[in-house]
Amino acid sequence: MVLTENEQMWSELGIDLASHGQLMNALGPIYQEIYLGQKNRPKGMGFYDFVVGDIHGIRVKELREHAKSGGKVVATYCVFVPEEFCWASGAIPISLCAGTAFSIPAAEEVLPRNTCALIKSSFGFKLGRLCPYVQVSHLIVGETTCDGKKKMFELLAEHQPVYVMEVPNKRGPAGRALWQQEVRDFKAKIEELTGNRITAENLGEAIKKVNARRREFKRLSMLRAADPAPISGKDALLATQVSMYDDVERETQIMKALNEELEERVKNGEGVFPKGAKRILISGSPMAIPNWKLHHIIESAGAVVVGEESCTGSRFFNELAPEGITDLDEMVTALADRYLKTNCACFTPNCERLDDIIGMAKTLMADGVIHYNLQFCHTYANEAIQVDKALEKAGIPLLRIETDYSDEDAGQLKTRIDAFLETL
Amino acid sequence: MITAGLDVGSRTIKLVLFADGHIVHSAVADSGLKPVDRCRRLLDSRSFDKLMVTGYGRDLVAPGLSGATISEISAQAAAVRFLYPDASSVIDIGGQDSKVIRLSPNGVQKFEMNDRCAAGTGKFLEIMARALELSIDDFARTALNAQRSVTLNSLCTVFAESEVVSLINKGEDAHAIALGLHQAVASRVGSMAKRVGMADRLIFSGGGAKNPCLVRLLEEKLSLKITVPEEPQTTAALGAAIIASLQPPSPSTGERPGVRVP
Repeated sequence: MVLTENEQMWSELGIDLASHGQLMNALGPIYQEIYLGQKNRPKGMGFYDFVVGDIHGIRVKELREHAKSGGKVVATYCVFVPEEFCWASGAIPISLCAGTAFSIPAAEEVLPRNTCALIKSSFGFKLGRLCPYVQVSHLIVGETTCDGKKKMFELLAEHQPVYVMEVPNKRGPAGRALWQQEVRDFKAKIEELTGNRITAENLGEAIKKVNARRREFKRLSMLRAADPAPISGKDALLATQVSMYDDVERETQIMKALNEELEERVKNGEGVFPKGAKRILISGSPMAIPNWKLHHIIESAGAVVVGEESCTGSRFFNELAPEGITDLDEMVTALADRYLKTNCACFTPNCERLDDIIGMAKTLMADGVIHYNLQFCHTYANEAIQVDKALEKAGIPLLRIETDYSDEDAGQLKTRIDAFLETL
Repeated sequence: MITAGLDVGSRTIKLVLFADGHIVHSAVADSGLKPVDRCRRLLDSRSFDKLMVTGYGRDLVAPGLSGATISEISAQAAAVRFLYPDASSVIDIGGQDSKVIRLSPNGVQKFEMNDRCAAGTGKFLEIMARALELSIDDFARTALNAQRSVTLNSLCTVFAESEVVSLINKGEDAHAIALGLHQAVASRVGSMAKRVGMADRLIFSGGGAKNPCLVRLLEEKLSLKITVPEEPQTTAALGAAIIASLQPPSPSTGERPGVRVP
């Protein structure tokens, strides 16, 4: 059998070619149905179609080239890990999360079944040798945002180098001190891995680069406030998902072009859904590629998703890191503080997140909020009770959904979402 | 104008014809493996002007019959509003789902459904009745006549079934087991109802409402008086027909005279 260029590369990376082939064959039709069937898509989405069309090819090849010339690839799981240190030291950070049921059976050979789909899918990618991004990375950086992940990282470390950052549970002075130390230790770890010093100069530049990308995403977020919405929620989600493992400068350029096109649309009153379509804000668990399930059900029912209050949404780009600091130590402290503002359900209390949801619902003129919870994600499931109370007080309708990556509850979800849209 | 409401559920299909504020016809049939054929047969030789389809099979059935669709939750709310204008909340136990709905003056204020699991549904009760070798009616009667109950630890259908089998093998009384099973369902549905917040006047619909033991246990759990409609199984179909009657005729075709289903 003659291997294609991609297959050759995957085989060199230790990928299980047969299983991986099945995964890739399944992804094509899903993308075709969910994405390519949309009407009046922005031209700027062409880049993302191209990326997904060769999702384990082009970018992996770039990362390998980088590694071959001595560069390092740092894989992360969470928006808490300060990517600026990686860019500053010449390493490339990529996000590793996984969003498919395909890799779960492999994970369940080891992990308990009642673990959240994201943890299982991700672990299964490594165990089943299905993900070239894990294979190509030199260091996996975990964090203690949930107990399931925390323990999974110990098992993952049996297969590949893993470094775990401790995220505090409270934001008080003790928590802040702990986090600042963790950020400093991570900086040292990256310096050790790459053999490059992180300086005020290269870190300052990295901060500016990452901020530039955050600014484009904030701009996209504001454009989605328009009625009619200039872009579908599915497309906006995809752009966020891809940018979490793409080159920061390229993403900034791509998003800039997309935003310019969307600005033009907003000016002309052009959209992807009719004016007056019901507008939904999603809040809760992250959605890794190819988890487009909820957005697809909502948008197939005629409503439009106008925002994501999640780690694959606002929590990824909302807070900018302070620029213009010249002292390295102060810069690192300011960066640590920026990341501590991530309103993750791992914190107690986490009232800031409630303000974020209400603020986003108002800014984006959402008719209702759907709280999305991955089954067995206890922090978000419990915090949903607070979200429910806060939104009821604010007079914003809320629907709580708990699900995973499978399709077994598609009928149930459709009934709930249809009913919710009918009440708005 | 005559409107038809069709509720294509997981276990049964229900039809209601509604005209001038009255139910003029209603029917219930098993869903079977060919729900579309069953629907056609139910509609055969019936004339109506508009059709609204609800239930699990709504998207499967509606296009072929030129019907519109509505969720079961909106349909239940509309029917309960019509039957009991002073109603404020609804519990609906169907074959596959149990739902609780808090009504607002013009529709649904809040609702919850069981999470993709048979616990707390009609299906759970059916399987447990079978484990005790009782018909579904005898199962309810047996529970009602129990002097005491055993606590069932599992609500997972498969585990509950094996728990029942081991209780039988320990020589436990069927009455006590039957009551324990009903209590388990009432407890699950009751917790969901409390989360959403039920209030007077509470209506209990769906096939589950035909179970008098469940009605009594839910009344105790929620400390509320429950009203069961005369035909609790057909309320969603009625609601669909009512919603169809309230909707303006579609501008392109206007009101179609007597659509007859071949």
